[in-house]
Amino acid sequence: MKESMDGLIAEWSKRIRAAAAGGHTLHIRGGGSKDFYGRAVTGERLDTGALRGIVSHEPSELVVTVRAGTALAELEAELAAAGQMLAFEPPHFGSGATVGGMVAAGLSGPRRASAGGLRDFVLGVRMLDGRGEVLRFGGEVMKNVAGYDVPRLLAGSLGTLGVLLEVSLKVLPRPFAETTLRFELGESAAIEQLNRWGGQALPLSASAWADGVLSLRLSGAQAAVRAACASLGGEEVGAQEAAAFWLGVREQTLPWFGLDVGGAALWRLSVPSAAPALKLPGEQFIEWGGAQRWLRSAAPVERMRARAAELGGHAVLFRGGDRQSEVFQPLAAPPLAIHRRLKAAFDPAGVFNRGRLYQEF
Amino acid sequence: MLETQSRADDQPVVGEREADFSAIDKVAVIEALARVLPVGALMYEVEDLRPYECDGLSVYRQVPLAVALPASEEQVVAVLRTCRELGVPVVARGAGTGLSGGALPHARGVLLSLARFNRILHVDALARTAVVQPGVRNLAISEAVAAHGLYYAPDPSSQIACTIGGNVAENAGGVHCLKYGLTVHNLLRVRGVSIDGEIVEFGSHALDSPGYDLLALITGSEGMLAVATEVTVKLTPRPQLAQCVLAAFDDVIKAGDAVAAIIAAGIIPAGLEMMDQPATAAVEEFVHAGYPLDAKAILLCESDGTAEEVAEEIARVREVLAASGATEIRVSASEAERLKFWAGRKAAFPAAGRLSPDYYCMDGTIPRKRLGEMLEAIQAMEGRYGLRCINVFHAGDGNLHPLILFDANQPGELERAETFGAEILELSVALGGTITGEHGVGVEKINQMCAQFASAELRQFFRIKAAFDPPGLLNPGKAIPTLNRCAEYGRMRISGGELAHPELPRF
Repeated sequence: MKESMDGLIAEWSKRIRAAAAGGHTLHIRGGGSKDFYGRAVTGERLDTGALRGIVSHEPSELVVTVRAGTALAELEAELAAAGQMLAFEPPHFGSGATVGGMVAAGLSGPRRASAGGLRDFVLGVRMLDGRGEVLRFGGEVMKNVAGYDVPRLLAGSLGTLGVLLEVSLKVLPRPFAETTLRFELGESAAIEQLNRWGGQALPLSASAWADGVLSLRLSGAQAAVRAACASLGGEEVGAQEAAAFWLGVREQTLPWFGLDVGGAALWRLSVPSAAPALKLPGEQFIEWGGAQRWLRSAAPVERMRARAAELGGHAVLFRGGDRQSEVFQPLAAPPLAIHRRLKAAFDPAGVFNRGRLYQEF
Repeated sequence: MLETQSRADDQPVVGEREADFSAIDKVAVIEALARVLPVGALMYEVEDLRPYECDGLSVYRQVPLAVALPASEEQVVAVLRTCRELGVPVVARGAGTGLSGGALPHARGVLLSLARFNRILHVDALARTAVVQPGVRNLAISEAVAAHGLYYAPDPSSQIACTIGGNVAENAGGVHCLKYGLTVHNLLRVRGVSIDGEIVEFGSHALDSPGYDLLALITGSEGMLAVATEVTVKLTPRPQLAQCVLAAFDDVIKAGDAVAAIIAAGIIPAGLEMMDQPATAAVEEFVHAGYPLDAKAILLCESDGTAEEVAEEIARVREVLAASGATEIRVSASEAERLKFWAGRKAAFPAAGRLSPDYYCMDGTIPRKRLGEMLEAIQAMEGRYGLRCINVFHAGDGNLHPLILFDANQPGELERAETFGAEILELSVALGGTITGEHGVGVEKINQMCAQFASAELRQFFRIKAAFDPPGLLNPGKAIPTLNRCAEYGRMRISGGELAHPELPRF
């Protein structure tokens, strides 16, 4: 097994060097479940699906090391069998989702605001850089300050810095108990309430608001969840219905995400949790205690970005819309210069996923 | 432009070779800085420079060329622009409590103290954030927000003195990381100044930012990428209650297995610490915490949350500990007793200082399952080097702080302690761990970086540095060893007698 994997990595390394020398580009792809995300990308496909398998999982270490092409579903099944989970609840967005794609996309699900995001759980990576060299950064331990934190840099870099080969992730035990409550609240009242609850020692693990209804998930020790339910009030949702609902939020399979509002694009506005109502035209779905606001809207790009920036955040053209122009909020000049130089540091010939993140690189 | 860089790629990376700063003209540097800094914000007389010659790792001392004490971001910009123009190294410094020499001055460089950046700028209780200047002390943040029922979770041992800017530079940890994370997990935004004197925002008050995660990259970058002028931290609701379980074991391996069993039972304790018998004996004599002295190892396991949550978790922990063969289990019955349980653990460093004229503290992290192997190996090393070692661990996350006791006045002991320490760090890497869990590389462990990383990876670190700091002037020579240096591979020590801030608890 290991030998065939080494052979595969050697072959990819050769392809990378050839691409760099020949001035062409490579499109790194896992299962293609997030092809919709980021800018449209061209280049010769480098499929990572063959590099699969769980390298090690020691439940009592709270760490799992996985090859990048491993199906995310396979990893989650392995963890579930040990009573564990990826606490950031990464969305799959399709049956083919791979662990490498998950890290490259950097997306997190409903538990983000309380447990942390994908970047908070990436401990180590093995990767191929744009010179075709195999590099290893971080490791399999939770506390590690030797060298710059490259593993977290790669989270959400959309494959523009290198080919992920192996990743080590921190995993957590599944909560002993979970309950979902529902409240009828308007947008502003829900945002304020979520922030107030966030400042109390409550076992919050997810929130979702749309159409005047706020759903709140509590996870943790049985006694803590029970006590929180008693103090919060609201209407308790049946366990099965609740599980289906949160899966629908995570995978965007709820009817809200299927709404067709005259072909309007799906925007993601990442803002400070206590930011006031968006006051933008369109349909809205709020998550992460107020910090993530989905908007189905046909409003112009400039308006989205200006409002997001005004609130202290940024706007992403998540699904649909024009994917030839920029889909992520443009960077200010100083960070842009750093981005350019970082890209060149990892991928000097500009081989990987050219244009996926920003047009320029 | 990418193609141009590709052609330039075979060139050595800035910083990859030891830079030569010998041509720097002290008088010219001082004159230039005096033009941009007010009176009292620039020091260059040797007696004024002395207090800055070392940080918490005081065996390394170096007087800088000058000390700048800016009080505003504009002044930081002016200092950096001046240094950039004249090609002068800049070492940023907070409270100087670091244990790896990260703030050791550069002989031909400017020491940039952020001590005057000591204001808490804004607390947003609803959004649970605080915007603070980098020179604000870690504990001062928690004190300032206590009235809102909030606190700043990372608690490095020096938290009464260390500053948030230094915490960002080192990605500081503490005893509660397993549950609450490191500095990197508790930051939202860092505003900094690049070596070019440009203001750069890393992160934001939202949970993510467009582009690469530069916030993660600068956290723990040991002052080598930018100089922070403002930090936004996340605040955490203060738990209603904390309770601590003390368990004794007649065998260290059993204690290590108990740690694994707690985690395997689905429990993430707020703190999970272990001490071996010599460490227990040493601190008991010092603080009289009431530790069982016949135990080969003791565990401290803390639970926090609501009263109901804590009761449920403590019951579960007791059960696991009993099943793991604990010979004695005590649960703190009051806050006073909880603090007493912790007092001994927190006194480990001063206790080592009482046992021995000098000690050398390691900071390796290993996978928890290798704890037994590491302990046995250390025991064998004690015999081989003829030196005692007492062991305290952040057992929950595998972070070890073995304290090697020696007397530098006895011929040969220092050298033996250094070799002993290097062997522990090398073994940490060999067991699948790392040379530093939370103290940073600085100058102290720069040689051991050669054991942990291959040349290609070290070169990549230099490229990352150059992406932020093209002229290579921010804290040059720290954290990342040159390939030349790796060939040499030296060794270092901490001297207990010379530890700066001896009043601070170290753990």
